[in-house]
Amino acid sequence: MTPLHLTATTLASALGVGLGATLDALRCERSGLAPCDFEPTPAEPVGIGGHVGRVAGLEEIALPAGLVRYDCRNNRLAWLALQQDGFIEVVQGAIGRHGAGRIAVVLGTSTSGILSAENAYRARDPATGLLPDWFRYDGSYDLFSLSRFVADLLDLTGPAMTVSTACASSARACLDAAHLIASGVVDAAVVGGADSLCRLTLRGFDSLELVSPTRCRPFDAARSGISIGEAAGFALLEREPVARDGVALLGIGASSDGYHMSSPQPDGIGAEQAMRRALHGARLEPGQIDHVNLHGTGTRANDLMEARAVLRVFGTKTPCASTKGWTGHCMGSSGIVEALIAGLCITHDLLPACLGLERQDAEIALDLPQHNRACRIDRVMSNSFGFGGINVSLVLGRAA
Amino acid sequence: MRVFLTGAAVRAPGLGAWEQALPVLADEVALDPAAMLDLPPPALLSANERRRSGLPVRLALAVCEEASRMAGCAPGALPGIFGSSNGDGAVVHDLLETLAGPDPQVSPTRFHNSVHNAVAGYWSIATGSSAPVTVLGCHDATFAAALLKAASECVAEATPVLLCLYDAPMRLPLGALRTTTIGLSAAFVLAPGPGPSALASLAVAFVADAVVPEPAPVAAALLELWRQNPVGRALVLLEAVARRRSAALAFAYGSGHVAVTVQP
Repeated sequence: MTPLHLTATTLASALGVGLGATLDALRCERSGLAPCDFEPTPAEPVGIGGHVGRVAGLEEIALPAGLVRYDCRNNRLAWLALQQDGFIEVVQGAIGRHGAGRIAVVLGTSTSGILSAENAYRARDPATGLLPDWFRYDGSYDLFSLSRFVADLLDLTGPAMTVSTACASSARACLDAAHLIASGVVDAAVVGGADSLCRLTLRGFDSLELVSPTRCRPFDAARSGISIGEAAGFALLEREPVARDGVALLGIGASSDGYHMSSPQPDGIGAEQAMRRALHGARLEPGQIDHVNLHGTGTRANDLMEARAVLRVFGTKTPCASTKGWTGHCMGSSGIVEALIAGLCITHDLLPACLGLERQDAEIALDLPQHNRACRIDRVMSNSFGFGGINVSLVLGRAA
Repeated sequence: MRVFLTGAAVRAPGLGAWEQALPVLADEVALDPAAMLDLPPPALLSANERRRSGLPVRLALAVCEEASRMAGCAPGALPGIFGSSNGDGAVVHDLLETLAGPDPQVSPTRFHNSVHNAVAGYWSIATGSSAPVTVLGCHDATFAAALLKAASECVAEATPVLLCLYDAPMRLPLGALRTTTIGLSAAFVLAPGPGPSALASLAVAFVADAVVPEPAPVAAALLELWRQNPVGRALVLLEAVARRRSAALAFAYGSGHVAVTVQP
C-alpha cells in the first residue's frame, strides 16, 4: 500500500492524557492499572475485583454546549483525547488543504455509550417499562454516536463511519480508511476509536472467567486473564507528511479465524495470516521489523496462540512486548492506542517493557523484555485480535 | 467508482430466494402482504452453532450464501463488508435487563453474541473462511456507508467483495426509540469487472455537503417494508436492479449523500 502519514495524533488512557504524559509514564515504567474502583453510578461498586485502567476525571467533564446531545462516558473520553496534542489545529490545517468534505472519520468502538443504556435500564418507568426521557438512543447509545460526535466536533463533512469488530475495531478502522483514501473517495481520514468502562464489558469478561484477579501479566507463566482498560486515540492519515521525522502506516493485514466466537484458533493460523498480509502490503521482510507489539491480553489462550504465530513469522530474535500491562485491555480502542504507543517508541528510541511479566511461560520462546531498552526502532508490527475471530496487524514505521 | 453487481439476494417478509423475489422487486408479481419471514436455520452452521445463533445470523447467512453462489464464488471466499444499524438488539436487550436486575451475572454466550461482529464471525465460522471482514454500524446511514465502503474496497484491492446488510426487530423499550419491526437482509457481490453475467453496473460516489431526502422505492409495497427496517434502504437499489432500467439513486448520508447510477 501507499504509506499513509500520521500527521496528527493524540490519545488518552490510564497511562496519561496526551502523548507527553503517555511518554512520561512509558519512560518511568509506570503502569496505569489500579485495583478496580470504577463505579457505574456514584457509590455503586461494580464488584468483580481485579484491576482496571481507568481514565480519571471523566465524571466531571461537560461537553461544549452545542454537543451535549452526545453526552456519555465514551464521548467524554473521546473529547478529552481530542483536546490534547494540538490535534484539532492540525485537522483544521488539513481542512484548508483538502476541504472538510474530503476527510473521512472512521472510528472503532465495541460498546460506544452503552453505559448510558445500562443506567437507563435501571431507571425504566415501572408502569410502562419505557426508558427515561434523559436517555438519548442516537446521541449516546448508538454505535454511530462516536463518529458523528467526532465529525461534528472537528467540522468534518466527509463520510463518517463506525467500525465495530470487537477488540480489533480501531485497527480495522485504519484499513477501512485506507480503502477510502486509495479509491479516491477522500484525501485524508481521522481514524482511531474510543471504548470506556461499563458494566457489560466488566461483567461479560467476568462471566467468561477471563478477568485476572491481579494486574494482568501477559506471557507470564502465572498469567490468569485480562485487566480491562478504557482509552480513546486518534490519528489523521494523509498521503503527504506535514512535518519531518514523522511516523507512517506502511502496511495493514487482516484475516478471520473462522474457528470460534470467543476462543482464538490455538495455533494462531489467522494471526499469522494477518501479520504476513501486513508485511506483504508494506513490502517488507520479517527481518526488517524491529519490534512486535503483541495483542498480548494476558489470557492463557491468546498469549500462547499469538506466541506460536509470531514465532513462525519472526523467529525468536525480534523483541516483542504487550502494552496491556500498561494500559489494560482497551477493547475496541486498543488497536489505535497501541499504534500510537508504537509511534512514540519509534520517535523516541524506546523499546517498551512487557510490563507485568515476571517469569516467562516456558512454552513461549519470544524475546520479551521485562524492562525498557533504549534502541533505535524503525518499524513496528502491531497486532489486534477480537471476538468473532477477527485479526488485524498494522505495520508502522519511520516515514521515509 | 465503477463496480459490477455480480450477485444479489434479499430476505424480508414476502421476499425469499431470488427466483421468487425478482418478479416482486420488478413489480411483475404483487408482494404478499400476509407473508412471514421464511428463514430455515442455516445448514452451513454446525448443530451447536445453529442452536446459539439468533435471527440476525439466519438473516445474514441466507443472503450471503445465495449472493455468493450467484456470483460464482464459494461461500466465504470473498472479503466481507457487513452493515447493521442495530446489531443483535434482542441479545443486547437481554444483557441490559440482566445488568439492571438484582443478580447481574450475564451469560457468557450472550456476551460474546452481543458484539457487533458476531454475525460476521458466524459467517466466517460457517464457511471456514479466513477472508477479512469489517462490520459497520451507522444508524440510518448504515446502508449508504456500507455500500460506499464496499465499493471502495472493491476498487482499492481490485477484488470482488461481499456486502451484507441485516437488521432484526427491536424489542421494547429500545424498540420505542428505534423502529425496527421486521427482519430484513440483503447481500450484494461487487466486482471490479463485469464477468459473464453481471446484473448491473454501479457508479458509486460520495457527494459532500449536499443533503438529499431519504430515497423511496417506486413500489408502495416495498416502501412499506423499508419503513420498518433501517437497512430496508437496500430495497431501493434492489428494485432498480430488478427493473433493468437505468436509474440515478441518492442515499442520504450525514450532510451529504452517496450517489449511485445503475446501468443494466
